[in-house]
Amino acid sequence: MAEFSLPANSKIKPTGKRYAAPAGATNVRAFKVYRWNPDDGANPHFDTYELDLETTGPMVLDALIRIKAEVDPTLTFRRSCREGICGSCSMNIDGTNGLACTTAIEDIKGEVKITPLPHMEVVKDLVPDFKMFYAQYASIKPWLQTVTPAPSGEERLQTVEDRSKIDGLYECILCACCSTACPSYWWNSDKFLGPAILLQAYRWLADSRDEMTGERLDMLEDPFRLYRCHTIMNCANVCPKGLNPAKAIAEIKKMMVERAV
Amino acid sequence: MGRATAIGRVRGLGSAKSGTGHWWLQRVTAAGNLILVLWFIVSLVRLPGLQYAAVTEWLRQPVAAVPMLLLITSVFWHFRLGLQVFIEDYLHEEGSKLLALLALNFYALAGAAVGVFCVLKIALGAA
Ligand code: SF4
Ligand code: SF4
Ligand code: FES
Repeated sequence: MAEFSLPANSKIKPTGKRYAAPAGATNVRAFKVYRWNPDDGANPHFDTYELDLETTGPMVLDALIRIKAEVDPTLTFRRSCREGICGSCSMNIDGTNGLACTTAIEDIKGEVKITPLPHMEVVKDLVPDFKMFYAQYASIKPWLQTVTPAPSGEERLQTVEDRSKIDGLYECILCACCSTACPSYWWNSDKFLGPAILLQAYRWLADSRDEMTGERLDMLEDPFRLYRCHTIMNCANVCPKGLNPAKAIAEIKKMMVERAV
Repeated sequence: MGRATAIGRVRGLGSAKSGTGHWWLQRVTAAGNLILVLWFIVSLVRLPGLQYAAVTEWLRQPVAAVPMLLLITSVFWHFRLGLQVFIEDYLHEEGSKLLALLALNFYALAGAAVGVFCVLKIALGAA
């Protein structure tokens, strides 16, 4: 059966610490953060950190960086660009997947609850294990493939119109917010490629320069790899880049039908 | 099968090279259900009464019996395809999955056969 409750060693214990705001703080906000350390053998718990928003940057990532720098250096999370382009800081904030660096604290009411991306194995605290996700990405061969030899001394040309067909696809930063919000991916991530990877797969199917369309479709023609998507649309709702993986998946299905019917 | 590495696990047994037929038939039978159920409701409403005699009298006509056979086929087919997806989504243990799929196929086939037999009995039986 699909698992609807956490395994015993992942159940969250109500043992967390509370770090009070510094004296004299005027605009206090609490951040309740998921903590799990693989080295101490204990179950996960929440720690709560109070910060003075008057002296904290506006984004959730600013708060996390401040906590790590000034309150608790053991807090572990991933981040790099802090401007929504690297995809490192994806996590579940106040119940919704998103990028910590582009989610404003102001937009969240009350305590800010932060957990790792849902249904992923956790490496530590807010860092999920992306090993399988990246292997799935590799499996769609995310690069230009042609039979025609590369033209010598010039680029592979593409009309402006053909180029526009990969708009809404190339912008994906592989943050996995969509895949980890997809119930089908939760239940079958061992076989279903998930919205992020399927959007990437369509990015190459839609590219006028790529000549391996048939082989790419062959690889996806599978009840699990592609057809686990039931158009639930969670993916499109959470994408921090405003992309629509559900639509890309529908386009792949259209290509499949086109070649079969 | 390369179970040892992440790439090996993702490549697994390879693609099943099927799925589109199932997906497409699910849409086709959905369209069929829509048209035929509408026909069924309209026909029942237009009958003078819903007593056994009135309904069997109506069902004896080929213009009613044939769409009725199509309705039964389409509904059971759609049901089978839909529930198969549900089983594949939630049952992960290979043994119980196989059993559930077998039970589903037998049930859908038997249900459709009973329905078809009933319609034929009325349509072809002596008045
Ligand atoms: S539309 Fe498909 S991929 Fe997106 S959340 Fe739903 S099932 Fe998942
Ligand atoms: S489609 Fe959007 S949510 Fe999904 S991985 Fe790409 S950027 Fe992230
Ligand atoms: S830190 Fe790069 S996307 Fe948030």
